[in-house]
Amino acid sequence: MRPPSPSIVEKEFLYNSLKESLRIDGREPLEMREPTLSFGPELGWVECSLGKTKVIAQIEAKIVRPPPERPLEGIITIHSEISPTASSEYEFGRTSEEEVTITRMLDKVLRRSDAIDKESLCILANQRVWHLRLTLHFLADAGNMLDCACLAGIVALKHFRRPEVEVIGDEITIYPPSERAPFPLAIHHSPYCFTFAFFSDATIPPVLDPSQLEQRLSAGVTSIALNAQKEICVFQKFGGVPLLPKDLLAIIDIAVAKAQGLHQIVENRLKEDWSSRTVEFR
Amino acid sequence: MSIIFPGESAPANHVNLKLGPGLLQVSSIFNDASDGETPRKRPVIIATKAGELKHSVKGSQWWIESNSRRYVPVLHESVVGLITQRLGEAYRVDIGSAHHASLDGLAFEGATKRSKPNLKVGSLVYARVSLAHKDMEPELECFGAQTHKAEGFGELKGGFVVKCSLEMCRCLLNPKHFLLPMLGRRFPLDAAIGMNGRVWVSAKNVKEHIIVSRCIEAVDPDGGGMNEDELKKFLHTLGV
Repeated sequence: MRPPSPSIVEKEFLYNSLKESLRIDGREPLEMREPTLSFGPELGWVECSLGKTKVIAQIEAKIVRPPPERPLEGIITIHSEISPTASSEYEFGRTSEEEVTITRMLDKVLRRSDAIDKESLCILANQRVWHLRLTLHFLADAGNMLDCACLAGIVALKHFRRPEVEVIGDEITIYPPSERAPFPLAIHHSPYCFTFAFFSDATIPPVLDPSQLEQRLSAGVTSIALNAQKEICVFQKFGGVPLLPKDLLAIIDIAVAKAQGLHQIVENRLKEDWSSRTVEFR
Repeated sequence: MSIIFPGESAPANHVNLKLGPGLLQVSSIFNDASDGETPRKRPVIIATKAGELKHSVKGSQWWIESNSRRYVPVLHESVVGLITQRLGEAYRVDIGSAHHASLDGLAFEGATKRSKPNLKVGSLVYARVSLAHKDMEPELECFGAQTHKAEGFGELKGGFVVKCSLEMCRCLLNPKHFLLPMLGRRFPLDAAIGMNGRVWVSAKNVKEHIIVSRCIEAVDPDGGGMNEDELKKFLHTLGV
């Protein structure tokens, strides 16, 4: 079932309120919903929510033989499928346009931005490498699932620790976490994604972290993925809204400030979680 | 408080038994006739959803209370629907259930072939479910069952729609619930509460609409879950 477009009543109300710079949930136009991160008992299991949008990210690692063209690199795959659990507008087996966008963007942000050092995932050249599998489950859609999924993904990667391995000659020994402390992944930088929604009416300011209704009624969205070091990884613009260069630079500046704030939150939460865990090893 | 899961049988037993939402009489089974009596039929009541099993004082009415976000149409419930399509004489209406509902073009107060309301795609209606069957598409009507008068049903113009959980809708329909009277003391507002998790509100300006929307979200057991005192403080921070 295709999502019914919002009613005339909702459309008019949203435009009127945004013209007064008021948002329905009481946020400022450029205010994000506070992300909540909770970690599961396993390493690499993260539940991330932005308001009522909720995504679970989980990482599994296994050892595989590398493809012959890249013998020195580990493999990272991202699995994301939006099921009807998120919202009744998504169907099993039929990929919606939004799902394609999210999947591509996740691939760009988490995999192709070289956030993870793939060479460090190599155990024995040409023979054994780590294969990381990131699975994302979309539990509820209240708008801006992309940012939520990116955040969940990167936090899961930061939270995950792979078992220690030892290579003697051609012999590989994997130590369970009870024997040797597991190893965090080598992460070069942590990109965060920020989505801005634009409206066709020029008097309406752009909004950060759009809600479901705002997202549907927007004329276009722009997603910027960048890290706390002000390096832009991905910039993507959908919909045909014309933007002036100065507006573009303005939203990039906002995203930079938000990325630094978000990075701090993520680091604090990870530290908190790690200190509450007791990792035993002999 | 007793919690029941789908498939479990409920201990409902009364001469004049009435079953509410979430309970189903499946079949009759025979008592074992070991004591020499003739086999008797006894109805079996099972739960069709998980929740809290409740009954009236005398035990004649039983129902299950639970919260959910998806709506399943039930006969005679009022819903807020969105017109998605016009099909000849009828409209297709999205009421948030698994299937679209149909609303006849003549199912309005005083509508005749010559003069009937003309609803645009995208407009909202407050309607009553007149047919809810598991094998059929739900049907809606915009008049009272007995009186055939509008009774508040019909097109909703202006205002805004707030989405909330189904439990919140039931709370809002309860005249003893604190939220709407508390808001009504501060500013005048109209509300049409659909049992399908949509509440249409109409107040004077944008700010008031936003206050109503945030308050419903704050009190919603699926959201903030605030009680009366907490909401008072919350309203204070909103400046009303």
